[in-house]
Amino acid sequence: MAGPANAAELAAELASRPGHTNLRSTLMRWMLITVSLTFLGALLAAPLAAVFATALSKGWQAYFSAFADPDTQAAIRLTLLTAAVVVPLNTVFGITAAWCIAKFEFRGKSFLITLIDLPLAVSPIVSGLIYVLLFGLNGWFGSWLQEHDITIVYALPGIILATMFVTFPYVARELIPLMQQLGNDEEEAAITLGAGGWFTFFRVTLPRIRWGLVYGVILCNARAMGEFGAVSVVSGNLRGLTTTMPLHIEILYNEYNYVGAFAVASLLSILAVVTLIIKTLVERSGYRRR
Amino acid sequence: MSVGRREPNVIPGFGITLGFTTFFLCAIVLIPLSALVLKAGGMDLSRFIEVITSPRAVASYRLTFGASMLAATVNMVFGFALAWTLVRYEFPGRKFIDAIIDMPFALPTAVSGIALTAVFAANGWIGQYLEPLGIRVAFTWIGITVALTLIGMPFVVRTVQPAIQEVQRDLEDAAETLGAGRFYVFRRIIVPTVLPSLLTGFTLAFARAVGEYGSVVFIAGNMPMKTEITPLLIFIKLEEFDYVGAAALGVVMLMISFAMLLAINLLQVWGRKRMLVSR
Repeated sequence: MAGPANAAELAAELASRPGHTNLRSTLMRWMLITVSLTFLGALLAAPLAAVFATALSKGWQAYFSAFADPDTQAAIRLTLLTAAVVVPLNTVFGITAAWCIAKFEFRGKSFLITLIDLPLAVSPIVSGLIYVLLFGLNGWFGSWLQEHDITIVYALPGIILATMFVTFPYVARELIPLMQQLGNDEEEAAITLGAGGWFTFFRVTLPRIRWGLVYGVILCNARAMGEFGAVSVVSGNLRGLTTTMPLHIEILYNEYNYVGAFAVASLLSILAVVTLIIKTLVERSGYRRR
Repeated sequence: MSVGRREPNVIPGFGITLGFTTFFLCAIVLIPLSALVLKAGGMDLSRFIEVITSPRAVASYRLTFGASMLAATVNMVFGFALAWTLVRYEFPGRKFIDAIIDMPFALPTAVSGIALTAVFAANGWIGQYLEPLGIRVAFTWIGITVALTLIGMPFVVRTVQPAIQEVQRDLEDAAETLGAGRFYVFRRIIVPTVLPSLLTGFTLAFARAVGEYGSVVFIAGNMPMKTEITPLLIFIKLEEFDYVGAAALGVVMLMISFAMLLAINLLQVWGRKRMLVSR
């Protein structure tokens, strides 16, 4: 597979050939670059810069004092807690699903892959709605849960479930094609030589899938920490109790506390930037998405 | 790939991994989704139709679909330009630009929502120049389209990029040597190669846009019949404890998602077939 680096070199080489450096293609080239960059600038760069500009509009003092608010701190803790539960569970699921799908032949496999990818196609609002219908007061298990004094919706379990749903496929869809492409030969060799299943996984499979795993996990984490719609439906927005960072941004924003809202947003933006940096580093290490 | 599929597989763990995968899938995805379908299925058919064809619902579909379609079309044009620029041209910062294309995937939707509103509001960095021209972006359908364009952008660029790499440069050169104009080359060589992925990217961006909520609600204004998208209408019905109404609209959204999934799969099959024929 030709990487973009090769393609770029090729493009540069071709562009330097005589006949390609005529005025029209140079004009075309600069026009396209300008149009592309203007589009990205207005749509992506300006909003991102606006997050930090607004957060710092009243100075660093105001920026940092936004994080002294106990509700903001509670929101940050809740987001970290949710990600700490969801990401490991979906990682284990992703590895298990990829092992099962990549290493064995069975009927209904492509259907299973479609079902795993399903949450990506579902609207975040619907993703939250299904848990309200299941565990809400009028839901299937609503009265049973109430009898046993268990709250799921408008509480932490609901937030975790909705987040799990929206991030469900992230690790699996990264690992399945990767492990399918790597094939079974090395694992078969290890097992034939007497290695156990776990030993084979940790010493043979894991080192070969590590970059794909990192890739899936960081994207899963970014979505888990940033999910808004699905969590908004199941959270009930109890300030300081069931508001994750994105929900807390909404509350502050609606109260016209722009410095506070954009300060929290700046944290999530930094998370997004860090995610992209790790992602780029993983790609530089030779990992290619399939 | 091993050829020895007839031999018994020596790798352990089939039963347990399949069991765990199926269990997890059922618990998190399938049972909750079926709860939605059953909730709506428990409705009277006439009542169901009444809910999903109410004027407010229909207005929300029109807005959601119209804005998503427009956003995906804008992305098809600019996404192609971006992908082309990134593949074919060398310029300072190209790698950086290539990396930030994925930003909308990583950026939480609530953040892009408030950020876009800040930029496109009447006193915002860009909004202040559009306002005198009579273009109001924030709190109108234009704002909704802008938000949906942002979240759909990486889908188009990332789908089209590899296709542009596939375009055979020697074919283009040959055509030009034979006297073909740039536009002819574009129409007869580039478009046919890139078309399947362009359409796939369009559909992916459209599918994502139809369900989008977070980045839209801040910039939309959320006026019933005017700037209220369908996901928001579901949310409002839930807040009014109209679970049945929410479920009915949820089923409509779910059906649309399935139709989109099907369309994407068909497009990819079509694209692969064209690729094989052209080789």
